[in-house]
Formats: sequence, C-alpha cells, structure tokens
Amino acid sequence: MKTLKIEDLSKNFGTTEVLKKINLDIDEGNFLVLLGPSGCGKSTLLNIIAGLETINEGNVYIDDYNVSKVEPKDRNIAMVFQSYALYPSMNVKENMIFGLKQAKTSKEKIEEQLKKVSSFLKVDELLNRKPSQLSGGQRQRVAIGRALVREPRIFLFDEPLSNLDAKLRVEMRREIKKLHQTLKTTVVYVTHDQTEAMSLGTRIAIMNHGVIQQNDTPEIIYNKPSNTFVADFIGSPSMNLIKGYIKKEAEQLYFVGDDSGNSIKIPINNYSFDKKLELNSKEVYLGIRPEHIYYKKNNESDFEINLKADLSEYIGHEQIITFNYSNQEVLAKFPSTTKIEINKEMNLYFDLTQISLFDKNSQERI
Amino acid sequence: MQDNISRSSYKQLEQKSKYTNLFLRWFLYFVLILFASYFIFPLYVMVVTSLKTMEEIRQGTLLTWPSTLNFESWAIAWGGRGYGAGDTFLRPYFWNSIKMVVPAVFFSTFIGAMTGYVLTKWRFKGDQWVFLFLLFGCFIPFQAILLPMARTLGVLGISNSILGLVVVHTVYGIPFTTLFFRNYYVSVPTELVKAARIDGAGFFKIFFKILLPISAPIIVVTVIWQFTQIWNDFLFGSTFSFGEAAPIQVALNNMVLSSTSVKEYNVDMASAIIAGIPTLIVYVLAGKYFIRGLTSGAVKG
Repeated sequence: MKTLKIEDLSKNFGTTEVLKKINLDIDEGNFLVLLGPSGCGKSTLLNIIAGLETINEGNVYIDDYNVSKVEPKDRNIAMVFQSYALYPSMNVKENMIFGLKQAKTSKEKIEEQLKKVSSFLKVDELLNRKPSQLSGGQRQRVAIGRALVREPRIFLFDEPLSNLDAKLRVEMRREIKKLHQTLKTTVVYVTHDQTEAMSLGTRIAIMNHGVIQQNDTPEIIYNKPSNTFVADFIGSPSMNLIKGYIKKEAEQLYFVGDDSGNSIKIPINNYSFDKKLELNSKEVYLGIRPEHIYYKKNNESDFEINLKADLSEYIGHEQIITFNYSNQEVLAKFPSTTKIEINKEMNLYFDLTQISLFDKNSQERI
Repeated sequence: MQDNISRSSYKQLEQKSKYTNLFLRWFLYFVLILFASYFIFPLYVMVVTSLKTMEEIRQGTLLTWPSTLNFESWAIAWGGRGYGAGDTFLRPYFWNSIKMVVPAVFFSTFIGAMTGYVLTKWRFKGDQWVFLFLLFGCFIPFQAILLPMARTLGVLGISNSILGLVVVHTVYGIPFTTLFFRNYYVSVPTELVKAARIDGAGFFKIFFKILLPISAPIIVVTVIWQFTQIWNDFLFGSTFSFGEAAPIQVALNNMVLSSTSVKEYNVDMASAIIAGIPTLIVYVLAGKYFIRGLTSGAVKG
C-alpha cells in the first residue's frame, strides 16, 4: 500500500500546461521533497495533493483510496504555508485548535492534543499571544503545531522556510528533520532550495516545466543525475558539463573535447553505461563535479591531467578555480589553504569513478 | 589661513540657512492659517447667525458676535412653532433619515464585504468582468438612472417610502463598497483561506471567523463613506419621496424655500447645522480610522 500515489496527473491553467502526466508515489514514513526552479509546477502539485486545486486529468490516491474528488478537510492531511497563514484575529491556542473544533472533536481530546503538541514544540508559553506578537520562528512553530494537532496521514509543507532569515532557516531545517525522525509521518515538502532538499529528503523529485526529471534518494540524485538538467541544478557550483565526443582507439574508449588533437584524451573504459549504444564518435557531455577534481592524487584510478588555471574565486572555507580544457571552462573546488597560481598550468586529478556521461541530443544519461 | 576662510564661510552659510528656515516656517503657518480660516469662515457665520434674533441680523453685519446667546431658532428648526398647517420642522424628517441611513449603510457595507471576499478569495471564471461592471456603477451619473429607478420602485410598490430609499441607496452603494473591500482583501494572503479550508471551515465560516475580524479599518472607511453619501443625498430623496416620507435634506430644502413671508435666516442656519451634525459626529468619532484605513493597503497577519 502506498501512502500517496499520483497517477497520470495533468493540470492546465487556461492554455498553459502546468503539470504533464505526473506519476509519483511515496511509501509510509518517507520525506519526499519536490524540488525545482520557480514555475516548474511543484507548488501546484502540492495544492492538488491538498485538494485546493482541481485536477484536469489523472487521480490522487491516499492509502489506495481515490481522493480526487474529496474535500481538503477530509483528506487526512495538514499543510504548512510559506506565509504561515496564521489566523490574525485568533491567539495561538485558537489557531492551533481551529481545525479540531471544526471537526467537532471532544473538549478533552482537544485539550490533550493541544497540551501534547505545544509542549513538544515548546510553544506552551505563547498560547495566549496573537500571531502579530510572535517572531518569525515562533510563527513557523505555531503553524507546524496547527498541522500537528490534527495527527494527519500526510504533512504538506509549501516552502515553509523561505520567509525566515538565513540563520533561523538552518535552525528550523534541523527542527523539521528532528520532527520527522520522531514522528515518522509521511511528508511532502516543496522547496527551490537544494540544500534544504538534500538535507531533509529521504527522496527528492526534481521537477522542471511540469515534468518530473528524476525521483530518487538524495545520494543517487547527486551521484547519478539522470539528465543534464538535474546535473546542472544540483550542486554549487554545479557539475561541469564538458562538450565533446567519444573516441574508440585500440579497443579503448576515450572522451575528447575537440578534433584538434590538442585536446587531452580522458579514458572512460571503466564507466558503466546505462544503455547499450553505438559509442564511437558519439557526441556527449562529460559531467564531473568541481569537488571531484583534486590537486593531488587520492585514488589509484585518478586520471592525471594538466590544465591552465584562469580564475580564482575565494569564498572563505574554499576556493573555486576555473581551468581551461579545450577552450571550455572547468571549475574545481579546493580548500582555500592550497596555493594556486593563476595563468599557469598545473597537474589535476579527475576522479573517474564519479563522472557522468550524457547524450548531447537527448540530454539523457548514458 | 585656508582653514580660517572656509570656517567663517561655513558660519555665514549656517546663519543664512537658519534665517531661511525660520522665514519658510512662518510662511507655512501663515498659509495654513489662511486656508483654515477660509474653511472655517462659513461655519462661523452659520453658527453666529443661528444664535441671533432677526432684529440683530437686520441691524448688524455678518460677522458681529450675537449680543445674547439665543437658542430659540434652534428650537423652532427642530420642533416647529406649534401651529397646525404649513409648519415644517426637522424632527420627523431627522428620524426618517436615521431610519433610511442605518439599514442602507448596513446592507451596502455587508454586501460589499461579501462581494469583495468572493472576488478575491473565491475567484471564478470571468470574475474580472463582474468587477469591471461593478466599477461602472461608480461612474454612472445618478441623474441617468432616475427614470428607470422610479419605474422599478413603482413596480415593486415601494415608491415614496423609506424602504424604497433604502433599496436605492443600497444598490448604488454596492459598487463603492465592493471596490473598498476588494482592494482590502486583495492584500490579505490567500494562504489564510487555504489553511482554513484544510482546517474544515466553509465559505461563510471563513468569511465571518477569519476575514471579517481583521476588516475593522476598511469597515470604518466604508461606513463613513456610505453614511456621508446617504445622509447628504438630496437627489434620490427629492425624486423618490415627498411629504411625510422625505429624508432630512429634502425637508431642509422645503423649509428654507417654502417660507412665505420673511426669510428667517437664523432658523435656516440652525436647520442647516442640525442636518449636518450627524455626519460631523461620525467623522469626529471615526476620522482617524478613516485616514488610517485609506492609507494602509496591506494588513499583515
């Protein structure tokens, strides 16, 4: 049984297609993050799961029951919003129990739930305050509390941390993680922040233009991106995508940047291809993350390459150096303690176990 | 040397700007006082004239202070002279106006709030057209609808009645009240409504429990606006009512124009002030909310 299942879901606003045949499911207790740039349809998808938006095509199932035509209040979900959406005229207590009151829960049960949740979230002392008298972090807590008291099957979070300042955001992120570890409730969480997505999610679904690009664990998303969009979207700075093609020489497979002969050949014999393809002279992108380029040899299999450093960006704990590989920029990330000379060639080591290859035409991983 | 020169010239500049500022400040006060007196002057004339006897009015000038404070003309304006036919006085019409204003303000404000709520939080296909047509209502000159409205009231059987005037004022108030409430509710985050829907509140519950409690500023603005409009209205009152059912502005007009013998300026002035007092009271009581509500667009939760 899947806690949440989305089947061939399509949604348009007038002539704009926002979601195109989305298929998605989550097992009990998972933390699914919907990640994507603005306008990719992730918030619409969340609103559809909540029942706040109508569906054009497809179905939504909660615990194998088709809820496509069920009212939001009867879907057994709770939602936390970006603007917190606390009712301004009610105090914290009234805010938190509003839903239970609507559901005609008994007085004792309401008191019990309120007590449990408010001590759990440490908002007991705020119960008589109005939302306008709370700080951003406190408001967020109360908003989460309002969702918690309902004991829902699924928690929906719509960019809950975007309105907080950087420091508070990191704190609240940890709190949400702890919350999930303690309660083990299924969560769907929308964000455009990749750090948030990576640190919180047990699964991440990356969306672009209303299509799910990849839906997997954070590790696989990071290490084996399924196309160039995902490769480019995740990581900071993002993965180097070096244009070039595959060359076969004496039963050995190489990647080269261009025809000139000056381009250094990178051996890709040990790369495990996803698909069986005609590889010789296929146009591809070679993907390697800046953190997988080393300034000294780490593993036996590292490939030594000599490149010229063009630019150095110092960002405190590390530095980002731009190198030139057959007239393309290749970024590498080193600790800021290493001394790098600009406009000089230096020896680098590519970790070939960490590379990805993408078909240039389809942009898909091969 | 260099230093000295610049220092003394700074001193001169400082002196100069001090005088300029002083002059500008006094000039500002002068202009403000001038305008203020320009506005207060007619009121002053009204009040003093109403307190004079006819004798004094004929002999003195407009501005002279009354020799004794004589409230007799106020009593006549309010309660009449006590003889039978032809004696017009304000008291019954004042109550007519109250009976007209209170329900008309209430219903137009309430319906406007509802409409504004629907147009912003329960958007539907073509809602912007509905809003556009409502806006047209703000720009229609009321003279243009007098005849159709008279016919409508006739068909409904409520012409020449307070009820008829309540209906007319409610209908023509809705465009303005809707505009006010729509613009106010647009700045209230829609996520509030979403949260309430998930919490299980329905259309009316969300309106009464969540939006209405935060609408105080805009309610005050709307009530003042509607009260002033309806209380001061003469056109609808004089067209759709006469005799017993007339509101105070119509009665005031009749009183002043129907005097057959001598023009009693003191009674006229007293009547005019009485007819204006309720609006003044509303402004004094709620005026600061009026400014606040008009200027504050966004009320954050």
